[in-house]
Amino acid sequence: MDPVTASLEVSGLAFAYPDGHQALFGVDFAVARGERVALLGPNGAGKTTLVLHLNGILSGGTGSVKVAGLPVGRRHMAEIRRRVGIVFQDPDDQLFMPSVREDVAFGPAAAGVKEAELEERVDRALARVGMAEFRDRPPHHLSFGQRRRVAVATVLAMEPEILVLDEPSSNLDPASRRELADILRSLDVTVLMVTHDLPYALELCPRSLILSDGTIAADGPTGELLSDDALMRAHRLELPFGFDPRSVTMGA
Amino acid sequence: MGAGHAHRLYRHGHSPVHALPPHTKLAATFAFVVVVVSTPREAMWAFGLYAVLLASVAYAAGVPAGFLLKRLLIEVPFVAFAVLMPFVAEGERIEVLGLSLSVNGLWGAWNVLAKGTLGVAASVLLASTTELRELLLGLQRLKLPPLLVQIASFMIRYGDVITDEMRRMRIARESRGFEARGVKHWGVLAKSAGALFIRSYERGERVHLAMVSRGYAGSMPVIDEVTASRAQWSYAFALPFAALVVCVLGWTL
Amino acid sequence: MHVPDGFINAPVSAATGVVAAGAVALSLRGARRELDERTAPLAGLVAAFIFAVQMLNFPVAAGTSGHLLGGALAAILVGPFTGVLCVSVVLLMQGILFADGGLTALGVNITDMAIVTTVVAYAVFRGLVKILPRTRRSVTVASFAAALLSVPAAALAFTFLYAVGGTTDVAIGKVATAMIGVHVLIGLGEAAITALTVGAVIAVRPDLVYGARGLQQKLKLRVNGELVDAPDAQTVPVAARSHRKVWITGLAASLVLAGFVSFYASANPDGLEKVAADKGIDQRTKEHANSDSPLADYGVRDIEDARLSGGLAGVIGVGVTVVAGSAVFWTVRRRRTDDTSPTSTSV
Repeated sequence: MDPVTASLEVSGLAFAYPDGHQALFGVDFAVARGERVALLGPNGAGKTTLVLHLNGILSGGTGSVKVAGLPVGRRHMAEIRRRVGIVFQDPDDQLFMPSVREDVAFGPAAAGVKEAELEERVDRALARVGMAEFRDRPPHHLSFGQRRRVAVATVLAMEPEILVLDEPSSNLDPASRRELADILRSLDVTVLMVTHDLPYALELCPRSLILSDGTIAADGPTGELLSDDALMRAHRLELPFGFDPRSVTMGA
Repeated sequence: MGAGHAHRLYRHGHSPVHALPPHTKLAATFAFVVVVVSTPREAMWAFGLYAVLLASVAYAAGVPAGFLLKRLLIEVPFVAFAVLMPFVAEGERIEVLGLSLSVNGLWGAWNVLAKGTLGVAASVLLASTTELRELLLGLQRLKLPPLLVQIASFMIRYGDVITDEMRRMRIARESRGFEARGVKHWGVLAKSAGALFIRSYERGERVHLAMVSRGYAGSMPVIDEVTASRAQWSYAFALPFAALVVCVLGWTL
Repeated sequence: MHVPDGFINAPVSAATGVVAAGAVALSLRGARRELDERTAPLAGLVAAFIFAVQMLNFPVAAGTSGHLLGGALAAILVGPFTGVLCVSVVLLMQGILFADGGLTALGVNITDMAIVTTVVAYAVFRGLVKILPRTRRSVTVASFAAALLSVPAAALAFTFLYAVGGTTDVAIGKVATAMIGVHVLIGLGEAAITALTVGAVIAVRPDLVYGARGLQQKLKLRVNGELVDAPDAQTVPVAARSHRKVWITGLAASLVLAGFVSFYASANPDGLEKVAADKGIDQRTKEHANSDSPLADYGVRDIEDARLSGGLAGVIGVGVTVVAGSAVFWTVRRRRTDDTSPTSTSV
């Protein structure tokens, strides 16, 4: 095995749903440890389907997914789900326990962590997202941005190899967007971010993948991809009004 | 019937009653109500004593009388039934204020009113001094099946979410000029109910996905345990024990 | 109506407590068999739905409005076990969190409002679906009938519990007529709302309606340019068809015999009694333990006309037998696990 194992390796992934709809037609890419990569693409491209393959929720097609060298499959499912932390789009789906503390504790507790160590993990995760004082609150007492952050904490508590975020900036006001960006920048975990928010991708992710019609259509530095008008138009990607990627100095 | 349920009874506080472990409070409340229900209805003074006992618990817990009395209004439907009883019951009758009332019916009405009201008051005191999470933990500790407690936990967690969605659907309807005024509008309301079911079910599936993604494999991980010391149990059971003394006296005197 | 503490005496409260606990335990197992590891979140969300929908205001006229009980709806949408479970959880939490319904009356409330409504509704629903043509409209019609009968059934159960364990002596006939009469009207409302809601769900996601399994469009796959039927995930039992006719005739016949024919039955003692009287044996018969029950002597007490009384008792007797028998049948029947949902994901 090479000394620096990729965080994520997807090879030849193809998948069709039971109703016959084929969503992925052979996806290949790798993400190195510590990288922050954005996954862009139009609606219906297969981004959510791809994400659900990363922790084995969907399976049964061809191809393989490896997380830090470990193949995604029945045998190592618990460990895979510890290594791959998916933050879904609706925080209400992810915060299902009566209090913030219990939600953040759910993942590690399911993996067998107990008592003092469990509390430590919870506190560390909450501190990393800046939500330590909301420990004992019920989730519906928090604002949307706060719930997003706690959702990230629920996954960080499992100390994952790779953090996969599905539309992390959606529905956030500008201040919350910035707060989340600061948090993501401060983490030293690999990040794969599915997003429609192109400025956000440019701000946080040096590299981007474009998924279109079930295959990877482009893979390169975010600034270059966003500046390629023909490429963008071909895959229904549009920049917000007045935004010029060429004039932005990279913050990532 | 379902109309008055949205308002939680919990009142935040730092009283010794608030501090008791939840399973002791649940057990003590239940024991108290069992004792009350087992008291003979003829011992009217006993029920007065029970009310005094509950009042002292309310005082210790910092629950104001007005709050408690307002919550007793939930029992209005069966008060109506109790009022009807002396008129329709069987047995010998006596004259009261020109009305012919059944003796048995009068006793029955008193029985239902006294015991029912005390039961509601005890429940209100329990709910107002115990947080939701604690109540569920307490139930689990009292050996209610864990799966049942989990289902209750999800129900409570998402009760507000679903009710919110229902409210938003109503706002959307009204924004389009719809006003439900009679039976002929039931079709539209039922469509909303149907849509609400689908949304709830799909959310349940998404919650399950989120659980699975964090390692859920069929049984909920244990995060908290509640324990109680002997002193705490004694303190909690002071109420039903005192009530038991009254009850025994009620039977023997 | 949530029964408060002290309304029903201790032995009956305890007995219904045992019944309720048993039924909930059974439903936990049944729900787990159907929903597997998704039981907790799905049942919880459905319970939250029932809790919310019970608060939905269905205006009748001039400021009055109706509310759904939800037992029938739950049974039809998610099946009897999950249905009983969800409504029971709602009642349990209403009792503990909102002081609605006595803590010692939980057994009574759960038995009456969760178990009876759901079981009766599901039994009626399945019975009708077997007889009617296999279309979505039949499901809606069956839902209407199921909900319509479930509410008076709950009233009947309540009356029965009151007769056996009520703490006051009110003439059972009066209670019965009042309760059942009012609840037939309420049942109409429940039936309409239930049927409309089931219809609304079926129109959009028929795969989510438990009661409509087997009505889904056949899946077609494109193979080599041609459309071919997808293989069936479930096998339809060969004898299924013939059961339907037996069901209808049996049910109809029982009702006719019990209700109408007994209406005209002879008031003369039957064979055994006549013999006993002639031979003087009957002097030593002891009163039967249930002779005080409202249905003793094959009549409903307090209903004067002997023939009407006999007829009514007969119908009630058949009804209770059918419900009890169906309940036993369904719990004992082996469940098929089938998952034909096109969006199912393997975990």
